[in-house]
Amino acid sequence: MSGWETVIGLEVHTELRTETKLFCSCANRFGDEPNTNVCPVCLGLPGSLPVLNARAVDYAVRIGVALHCQVQPSIFHRKNYFYPDMPKDYQISQYDLPIDTDGWLELPGGKRVGIERAHLEEDTGKTTHVGGGGRIHDADHSLVDYNRAGVPLVEIVSRPDLRSADEARAYVDELRAILVATGASDGKMEEGSLRVDANVSVRPVGSTAFGTRCEVKNMNSLRSLGRAIDYEVARQVRLVEGGGEVVQETRHWNEAEGHTSSMRSKEEAFDYRYFPEPDLVPVVPDPAWVDGIRAALPAMPAELRRGVAHAAGMAPESDAVVTVVRLGLEPFVTATVAAGADAGLAVRRLANEVASEIGSLANLGPEQFVTLLRMESAGDLTTAQARTVLKDMLTGGGDPAGIAAAHGFEALGGDALEAALDEVVADNADAWARYVAGEDKLQGLFIGRLRGATAGKADLAAAAAILRARRAAGC
Amino acid sequence: MAGMAQRITTADVAHVARLARLAVTDEELERFTGQLAAVLDHAADIEALDLGGVPPTAHPLPLANVLREDVARPGLPREEALAAAPAVEDDRFRVPRILGEAP
Repeated sequence: MSGWETVIGLEVHTELRTETKLFCSCANRFGDEPNTNVCPVCLGLPGSLPVLNARAVDYAVRIGVALHCQVQPSIFHRKNYFYPDMPKDYQISQYDLPIDTDGWLELPGGKRVGIERAHLEEDTGKTTHVGGGGRIHDADHSLVDYNRAGVPLVEIVSRPDLRSADEARAYVDELRAILVATGASDGKMEEGSLRVDANVSVRPVGSTAFGTRCEVKNMNSLRSLGRAIDYEVARQVRLVEGGGEVVQETRHWNEAEGHTSSMRSKEEAFDYRYFPEPDLVPVVPDPAWVDGIRAALPAMPAELRRGVAHAAGMAPESDAVVTVVRLGLEPFVTATVAAGADAGLAVRRLANEVASEIGSLANLGPEQFVTLLRMESAGDLTTAQARTVLKDMLTGGGDPAGIAAAHGFEALGGDALEAALDEVVADNADAWARYVAGEDKLQGLFIGRLRGATAGKADLAAAAAILRARRAAGC
Repeated sequence: MAGMAQRITTADVAHVARLARLAVTDEELERFTGQLAAVLDHAADIEALDLGGVPPTAHPLPLANVLREDVARPGLPREEALAAAPAVEDDRFRVPRILGEAP
């Protein structure tokens, strides 16, 4: 794809974790029996009127504040279309006056991605197509469950600031973490509570004008988002290089077959005849209330990464720091710092051993974790032993000293370590002479022999230091 | 969009009718075009005024922030919800084959 630049903007829909729907008091619950959470309002029965859910507004403000948006007075519009997933034949959404506008999100690497807007709207019902292999055009008829109709959504629209599939994935990952941190969303892409559409275009490197974009839908994981973007970019470049033109359209990502295809919507289907919803009055957030929400928000991931990175002496964008914050492990770092233990060691252990057993995190208490770090730092346990003890702590719980004793672990240090090294050196006298003469790589041989001779109990870092000191002394 | 002062055409009305899935005859098209033009002419009177400092009216009622507590209440029993449907299958509303994709 050389010579071409990818331009991506993302539209992310997130369901809000409210008890009830956006405009009626039906339960907002995933997985219930079909059509058991419905009422005259969400079924669009004549004479029913919508009343806005206060908590949904609260969540929308939290999202706006977390994304550095202006939270502004907003109104609702009707988006008219004929499709049975909304029994009213319109969806209530926000159009030219969204509640949140003009913000930004910072990726772990430091890049800021513009947020154009975030607005409230209601989700649609769920359609199932019967016959024709479940494909909409070949189906005999369709069945509709309105439990999801009216569930509150916030749609977050980024500016076209993303330049690769990797950046798009990083953006969604970060946005998801922010949404979860605000409490507004559970962030579950696989259950459909977080849905991503991608606007993708290509342009010659150096060009500042945008190419014609296509909107790609139906990606249900970060992986499929990346695959769909890569496919779509390749398709557009091939098209343009072949002398063709990209047609602005909506395209459907087929995960099983790994390609996008045109959804063949009629042009006029995009004329939604938006007009102000006469049954709802404006939402005018009081600035003092918005300030209160801002003050009450917990620290967002970018801030947490900076804190962890500072404590550990690492870069905020380093993989270990990103992993620790993504998995919500920063309280362990805080506990480590409070106890005066080695926060860098803590981050390494958390990003590796703990991250790989994250399902068992409930077994690990911060105090025991810090105790283990101290044992390793003090040389009571070797690195290999500390890792083993930590895995045992995660899988079965328990205190590190007890587990170490049960394994018969004690780091071989001090005089015992010197004695063990004496034996290894004596057994490999030729190699030692060459090492002393300058063959640095032979250090690995001594360390390996020492590990074997001591059944892994030797403090290898200390042993390496002793070897270098002995060589420097020439003996 | 064309300015309001510009008269609405039968083509505009036919387009709007199609969007609303309304079948109108040629005779109705002429009649509705005239009626809609009269309504829009009325609105065009406002265009003659200097409204630079007047904020748009979002709603005729002087109200904002009419909100409801987020507390769940039972809705309709399923049998009742489905009772008015022309067709039901598997506890769902059964609808004819859908000819287009969701927007």
